[in-house]
Amino acid sequence: MKALQKAGFALATLVAALVPVALLAVLPGWALLAVLAVLIAWIAFTRTGRQTSAVATVAIATLPQRLGAASVVIIGIAGVVGVLVALLAMGAGFEATLKRTGTDDTVIVMASGAQSEIQSLLNRDTVAAVVQAPQVRQNASGEPIVSPELVVTASFQKRASGKASVEIRGVGERVWELRPNVKIIAGRPLRPGLAELIVGRRVSERFIGMIVGTNLVVNGQRWTVAGIFDSEDAHNSEIWADAGALASPFHRGSNLTSVTLQLTQAAALDAFKARIASDPRLKVDVQTTRQYYNGQSESIAPIIHTLGTTVGVIMAIGAIFGALNTMYAAISTRAREIATLRAIGFHGGPVVVSVLLETLILALCGGALGATIAWALFDGFTASSMGILFAFRVSPTLLWNGLKWALAIGLIGGLFPAIRAARMPITAGLRET
Amino acid sequence: MKYFHLVWAALARRKGRTIFTLLSILMAFLLFGLLDSVRSAFSNTGQAGKDRLLTFSSINWGLPLPQSLYERIRAVPGVGKIEYASAIGGTYQDPNNYVGIEGHADSFLDIYPEWQIAPAEREAFLRTRTGIIASESYAKRFHWKIGDKIPLKTAVYKKDGSTVWTFDLVGIYRISDSSMQSNENTVYARWDYLNEARQEGGGTVDWFAVEVPDLSQIDRVSQAIDALSANSDHETKTETEYAFYIETLRQLGDVGLIVGSIMGAVFFTLVLLTGNTTAQTVRERIPELATLKAIGFSPSSVLGLVLSESVLVLLLGSSLGLIGAAVIVYWVRSTMGSTIFLAPVGEDTWLRGLALAVVVGLLVAVLPAMRGMRLRVVDALSGR
Repeated sequence: MKALQKAGFALATLVAALVPVALLAVLPGWALLAVLAVLIAWIAFTRTGRQTSAVATVAIATLPQRLGAASVVIIGIAGVVGVLVALLAMGAGFEATLKRTGTDDTVIVMASGAQSEIQSLLNRDTVAAVVQAPQVRQNASGEPIVSPELVVTASFQKRASGKASVEIRGVGERVWELRPNVKIIAGRPLRPGLAELIVGRRVSERFIGMIVGTNLVVNGQRWTVAGIFDSEDAHNSEIWADAGALASPFHRGSNLTSVTLQLTQAAALDAFKARIASDPRLKVDVQTTRQYYNGQSESIAPIIHTLGTTVGVIMAIGAIFGALNTMYAAISTRAREIATLRAIGFHGGPVVVSVLLETLILALCGGALGATIAWALFDGFTASSMGILFAFRVSPTLLWNGLKWALAIGLIGGLFPAIRAARMPITAGLRET
Repeated sequence: MKYFHLVWAALARRKGRTIFTLLSILMAFLLFGLLDSVRSAFSNTGQAGKDRLLTFSSINWGLPLPQSLYERIRAVPGVGKIEYASAIGGTYQDPNNYVGIEGHADSFLDIYPEWQIAPAEREAFLRTRTGIIASESYAKRFHWKIGDKIPLKTAVYKKDGSTVWTFDLVGIYRISDSSMQSNENTVYARWDYLNEARQEGGGTVDWFAVEVPDLSQIDRVSQAIDALSANSDHETKTETEYAFYIETLRQLGDVGLIVGSIMGAVFFTLVLLTGNTTAQTVRERIPELATLKAIGFSPSSVLGLVLSESVLVLLLGSSLGLIGAAVIVYWVRSTMGSTIFLAPVGEDTWLRGLALAVVVGLLVAVLPAMRGMRLRVVDALSGR
């Protein structure tokens, strides 16, 4: 019967702890600030509040004596928050890079059924028919703004060690009108028909020999690096060349992989699709470039997010047990002091709140430490996945979420010991050594 | 061993603390088991495919090659059995139920002995033009049984203008080599049927698989195969299947680095956490340890007691954690198929995990235990 009572009590405490945790998860930042303000007002202006502040001050003043135990809570939570923030920053960086790529008024045409450009194959006739559609925007001199492209891969030596493959995109002459966000940051643009390459900024950072003026051997042919470009999106993971010049060393004849073109306006998409569908010669899929690159991110971003959250939850549960251990130990070393306070008339409430406050302060320190470490180590760190080079992005939102996780761990890990401290029989506590 | 009850009593001294420590160790090793499963899925520790070559388009994997290359590859000295295949992607019922479809030549199951199938079903597969074989895990997941007609939606047009391909399930296979089990989400059809029924791409294959009986010949053979189509419009690249797998996995990104860093962070935290608890427990028990020494326990047996206490907790926690990881991995694999990157928790994971547990257990207890060993009985008993 007593065991049952104990279990029921533990369960009730857990539920009581989960309510603020849930609130923490759903409430916006300003509401949490409001809660903090109410708490401060309560401490400053009510009698029990002042009692709490007195008990908490004693607890916090004795913290340096329990530095070893306190550091367990701090470092345990720092570990959780650091790993969580780093993993989510990876997902965020990957997603951001792909989501930045593409627009609503440019479309990419690939062979029907191809999941990505690499798997697509279009012949010259198809390309010619697609380009003639009236929905394609023309530039000042009356030429359609299109880039028939040939995407191949080649392997290059990484700066770190080993080789990795990079996409080489053979582009058309009017690609600069099509993707005006791409800027040459060193050297000069491509000259049509020549064996020249321009290299995306992230590729040039990660691979050997990607500087202006060097010669590279690609599929047995010598190519000169003419320039470095920065597009601030997924194209930074690519090397560009002239599509015509690229076809011969890769023995592609007149075949291409995709056509990207600009529509007269974003709303012309449906008309363009209808026109393509009405032509029985064309077996192609049409989507806006934004849809295409978003789709590529959807294949992997959720995996990273699930991985991050799963690892975070498992580590957090581990850290909660660590915090429970530490805080139980803390109140048992302070048992006599707490019992004395109770004996001279302090209520249970202030004792509960003060233990909780102490845990939350430790948790916040841990959260801040972990988030800072993750930020210092990983913000801007470049990694590659699925051929896309991207930088980790530790955003303020992520840091704030990391702190929320820390507070949640502190709440659950602190509430049980806090309640035990308040319910401890005074006479037993006074005899404790 | 005869002091086991002493170790046990010490652990039961503060039940709550022992249980919380145990649980946080459990969580750390649960994570270790899961991450190690991901890591082994990516590192493909198996030795499969070292004696098989894959020949595919030098431009990109999956671009069509003429099937006529088959006869020319066969003539290359040193080549054993050959087969070829074309792949199309499909979905079953729901767009999220991805099913890979590969059409293979007759020699497929001869070259891939890892694919195990009953002899009668194998016969039926060779006989039935529209036949497919599916993995046990897929048959279970989609409730397929032999004799069923399986409609698969693809992006490839058939000659009749439809993109839904209907196959007859004639056999169920399983893959014996765990490093190759990611292939279990593919159903295998017959290349001649696929080739005949599709509207475009007739007479082409996506890759050839070539067996090389004499391993010392493998480099020469692969160069000879690539030389066959050099300077044509369909140049090939030939490499061992093993090398191909490793390259493919590497394309997915720096998984090893990420998994390694997480494990590092988790175990650093764990060592600190349990280390502190152990130190605290020993501190509280100094009078008890002194009593033990006073009644004749040697310093080294006190050292042994404290060390075995900590190692016992870690072994217990890690075993529970690894069991948990094994159960989760098993559950995920059986409900979602082998599509995701989780290898079963194998012997090597268990060995690594338990060895790690012993090391961590000794590491966290060694300083407190030394203190217990060295303490002076008189001082400790009088509480100085």
